[in-house]
Amino acid sequence: MAVAAAPSVPAPLVRVARLRAGWLAAGSAAVAVAVVTGVCFGTVALPAGEVVRELLWFDSALTDTQRTVLWQIRLPRVVLGLLVGSTLAVSGASYQGTFRNPLADPYLLGAASGAGLGVTFVIVNLAEGSRTPLGAPAAAFLGALVAVGLTYLLGMAGTARGSTASLILAGVAVSTFLTAVQTYVQQRNQDTIREVYNWILGRLTTAGWREVLLILPYAAVSWTVLLVHRRSLDVLAVGDDEASSLGLHARRTRLAVVIAASLGTAAAVSVSGLIAFVGIIVPHTVRLLVGGSYRVIVPLSILFGGAFLVLTDLIARTVASPAEIPIGVVTAFLGAPFFVLVLRASKR
Amino acid sequence: MFNTRRAALAVTCSLVLGGLAACGDDGADTSETGDPPASSDAGGGDLPERIVSLSPTATEMLYAVGAGDQVVAVDDQSDFPEGVPVSELSGFEPNLEAIIGYEPDLVVADALPDDVVTGLEAADADVLLLPAAATLEDTYDQLAELAVATGHEDEGAEVVAGMRADIDEILASVPDRVVAPTYYHELDDTLYTVTSSTFIGELYTMAGLENIGDAADPDGTFGGYPQLSAEHIVTTDPDFVFLADVECCGQNAEALAGRPGFAGLSAVVEGHVVELDDDIASRWGPRVVDLFRTIVEATAGLPVG
Repeated sequence: MAVAAAPSVPAPLVRVARLRAGWLAAGSAAVAVAVVTGVCFGTVALPAGEVVRELLWFDSALTDTQRTVLWQIRLPRVVLGLLVGSTLAVSGASYQGTFRNPLADPYLLGAASGAGLGVTFVIVNLAEGSRTPLGAPAAAFLGALVAVGLTYLLGMAGTARGSTASLILAGVAVSTFLTAVQTYVQQRNQDTIREVYNWILGRLTTAGWREVLLILPYAAVSWTVLLVHRRSLDVLAVGDDEASSLGLHARRTRLAVVIAASLGTAAAVSVSGLIAFVGIIVPHTVRLLVGGSYRVIVPLSILFGGAFLVLTDLIARTVASPAEIPIGVVTAFLGAPFFVLVLRASKR
Repeated sequence: MFNTRRAALAVTCSLVLGGLAACGDDGADTSETGDPPASSDAGGGDLPERIVSLSPTATEMLYAVGAGDQVVAVDDQSDFPEGVPVSELSGFEPNLEAIIGYEPDLVVADALPDDVVTGLEAADADVLLLPAAATLEDTYDQLAELAVATGHEDEGAEVVAGMRADIDEILASVPDRVVAPTYYHELDDTLYTVTSSTFIGELYTMAGLENIGDAADPDGTFGGYPQLSAEHIVTTDPDFVFLADVECCGQNAEALAGRPGFAGLSAVVEGHVVELDDDIASRWGPRVVDLFRTIVEATAGLPVG
């Protein structure tokens, strides 16, 4: 809504908003708090002081088991949460900007359904023994990219300049189609249905450093491209014609942003499954708090998105400890009411 | 919205499928209707000659009590004993017309939707629902019930007596320990497990073992099938790990050791990782004796006290 209400005056004239140091500091503080809390709390109680010593000076009173928990289980999970949350949030913000649609989310162009289909195919068709540990993530990644590519081709086909509406509609069509195929394949293979569901549900539970290393390069590229284009998103927000008159090549910019956001989404989905809502709630909350300029929203979404997912994951793994609950449930359960609160507060 | 709905669906399904035994526990929506009537009238004059089984456990039970010759079709998950007439029928998504196509006079399943039960009865087929057993006694009762319904009462009684004797014999070999060894029973590689309150958990308790998953579901919120945190497994450091996800999820001792933080587990270091047969470990039929024997033998080597 915030985007739809964007003024029709050329953006640079009204949006002098710069990323103020205060907000940047707040975002960084959120990340720091989330990481420290996420690392210190969990199923196993770790003494906070010793954890900080261990992380900073490598000389602490932690036992071997505690050290194993910290370095091999908890820290990689926190870092992965940070990467996935940031990537989903910044992708969401970028999609919302480039499509001028407040409901756009990282899964808009079919990334989720493509990834789901890819994973389902791998799980169903490859006997577990012949699968490499990265088989499913690779399939998710490929599936997401192929789906987004298909959406782009279809969405661009009928229109001279490729309107955002036709692209979104193509995304809906591709998503629905791929989801149908995925559901069919999954229901035909009852013996693996549970494994497929487990993946689709979204999880950071089996995280190790392997997943972190897998996603890091894609996340870095995605963030960089999106950060570079954050000013262009402000210009796109006023409409393609106006953007052109301001000297921006709207189509080329949109393509770059969509590819970068989709690449990031595909990487995130490939290691974490489908985690709902982060890509919508975080950017909108940031927008409601600091205003509508993407110059501010994009970088802050990276910071707050990472912090948000680390904290929701902390809840997912501690609220029923030593049992876990799916993180997707927590993001939606907490995120939606929180978002409504922010929305109401900002209207007052 | 799409994603949430999907997530909710997935939660439901993974819970329902979380350990096949779970299906029956909360399959209350169906079992209330079908249970009693069928067995009572099937025990009388006409013995069933065309039995369809939609549950792998029921299939094993049918053959164990000697009713195998009366079975015309079993569902796509049934695979024991060898040579059962596997069909394309599904116990998860039962297709009424497909089942009736086999012209059954008795349909055995662990759970069926009401409309399917009604439809089968309209087609003159008796329905016998045998939901997932909660205790060994349930298994014995189901075997006896099935034996009566198929006209093999004596054989059924023999099978049950034999199982009781075998279990007692194995039980007698369980050493008296001062401290119970601990174990983790893995349902899949996302760390879903069972607590002592489940059917399979009962077997471990009988074998003198203590479950590290109990702490995760003390009041049954997760129906006895909680998803454990990896940190919990690493710190409680169970004496034994039983993998019931060898077939489904390609897990084994080596894969377990390769997970982050698991290499130092005592069970891994001491070679106390036991690879179970997924099927045997998820069914409550006659082969439960084999499972119990596996558990007891695997843990026998640990020094007493």
